[in-house]
Amino acid sequence: MMEENKQGLFTMGSGEGAQPYNYGVGLYGSKFLTHLRDHGELLGIKCPKCAKVYVPPRQICGPCFTEMNEFVPIATEGKIVSFTILRFQFLDPETGEKKPVPYGYGFFQLDGADTNFQHFLEVPEDESRLWIGARVKAVFAEKRIGSLKDIKHFTLAET
Amino acid sequence: MANRVAVIGSGQTYHTGGRSDVNGQELITEAVTRALKAADLTINDIDGIVIGNMDHFEGINYVDSWSVPGNGGTMKPVIKLTTGGTTGTTLAIAGYHMVASGMFSKLLVIGWEKNTESDTTAAITTAFDPIWDRLVFAGAIGGLAVEAQAYLARYNHSEKDAARVVVRDRAHGAKNPFAHVQKETTIKQVLGSPKIADPLHWLDMCPRTDGACAVIFADEHVAEKICDKPAWVLGTSVRHNAAMTTDVSLDGLHSMKSASKELFSKTGITDPLKQLDVIEMYLPYSYAGLSWIESLGLCKPGEGPKLVWDGVTDMGGELPINPSGGPICGNPIGATALIRVAEATLQIQGRADERQVPDVKTALATGFGGCFWTDMLLFGAAKP
Repeated sequence: MMEENKQGLFTMGSGEGAQPYNYGVGLYGSKFLTHLRDHGELLGIKCPKCAKVYVPPRQICGPCFTEMNEFVPIATEGKIVSFTILRFQFLDPETGEKKPVPYGYGFFQLDGADTNFQHFLEVPEDESRLWIGARVKAVFAEKRIGSLKDIKHFTLAET
Repeated sequence: MANRVAVIGSGQTYHTGGRSDVNGQELITEAVTRALKAADLTINDIDGIVIGNMDHFEGINYVDSWSVPGNGGTMKPVIKLTTGGTTGTTLAIAGYHMVASGMFSKLLVIGWEKNTESDTTAAITTAFDPIWDRLVFAGAIGGLAVEAQAYLARYNHSEKDAARVVVRDRAHGAKNPFAHVQKETTIKQVLGSPKIADPLHWLDMCPRTDGACAVIFADEHVAEKICDKPAWVLGTSVRHNAAMTTDVSLDGLHSMKSASKELFSKTGITDPLKQLDVIEMYLPYSYAGLSWIESLGLCKPGEGPKLVWDGVTDMGGELPINPSGGPICGNPIGATALIRVAEATLQIQGRADERQVPDVKTALATGFGGCFWTDMLLFGAAKP
């Protein structure tokens, strides 16, 4: 735990101990996750004032500061708004392990939504096949448990 | 009517990539001591302190508590503020408000960070939503890579354009003794550095830095009496617009567009390129030096690269950006935006030594952070 450098200065590591948290997802997010688990479909929410459709659903439309209650279906397909391929290693604060790289990461405009949805993006062998505007679709996990991980990743919809 | 307020002095550490010779409190003391000296004050003259950083980088909470007595706050009002990357400008704007209110006359504002004490990307990720963001999120690098990729596709610009921004800031930083990185670079070196997240190369990003900065704000009565060249606050603006990056439109920095519109209309700036003399910009990566100067209104959308290639924003150009080298040459995150304030006011005061732009009358400082948020402060040599 203690390290001493050539100048005789110490640093102390914080150790391997974990401090787990339990985050309340809330009503809106729980409904999204239940629907994802039970039907393999996505839900968004529509603002009664400005009609903007948000995904994932949340209580308040920020610009209108208005409560939203109208859940609407969102497609599991859409187009790439932007993307990157992460190639450097960093710690995943959820696991304490180094995140496996490279991985694709994209912002997608799903059909029926006005905001973007972010998730993993499968990188084809020929990386140049990824471009902004390309159609993508969700690939689901074999067993869905009510988590964002019920979607494995998005992949190019065109062949 | 609010009191008029000026910055009368500032101090910084010699920012580096690792200060194991000091703990956080000792790092803070270095900046505070230099700021007091610059303003020709002692700690007894200070009637309040505002301090901030991002706790999760060090994993030690409550800097307002544990940095006393090193922050000078023994038996004084100490307030802590934190807003992510914008922390430094939030501190400065809050300090300005407190002095303008008439409740404080000589206020010490401190921003600091020891970014080398943890994995910066992992720590930034903990600032985002655990349910919706963290699974795929890759800190500032992932989010900014996505912005850069959208910018390149929109205008068909090249990675070379972004590299030119790095070459500029690194050339400037080479003349700043406080900068973490004081070495010039070339376009070839930037493009030859490892790709970390397409289209970003290693050298497109700011480094991880340890550093602190302290700035002293004073009301007009004090400022005019004890400071031969106060840097007056002409106006400020703040835009924190969304909590999820996926809610933010990627076509330009909308928070900066909106913040500059408010700030420029309040201060009578109609042509920022002509009326501003220098900008200290929170430019955490190269593409910000192209896209965000368009959002700021220095040129039309898509014309950022031309301005940069023409040398307009170089030292000696019409509107130099980041004479200090900016965050590309050092990014102790909780201090970074306050360093922009310190550097902008040094320019007004004529105290920027080798990095001084001649005859500065107006200087803009910006902060960036959180979810594509913007803070801005405009300083002037003439009392408003």
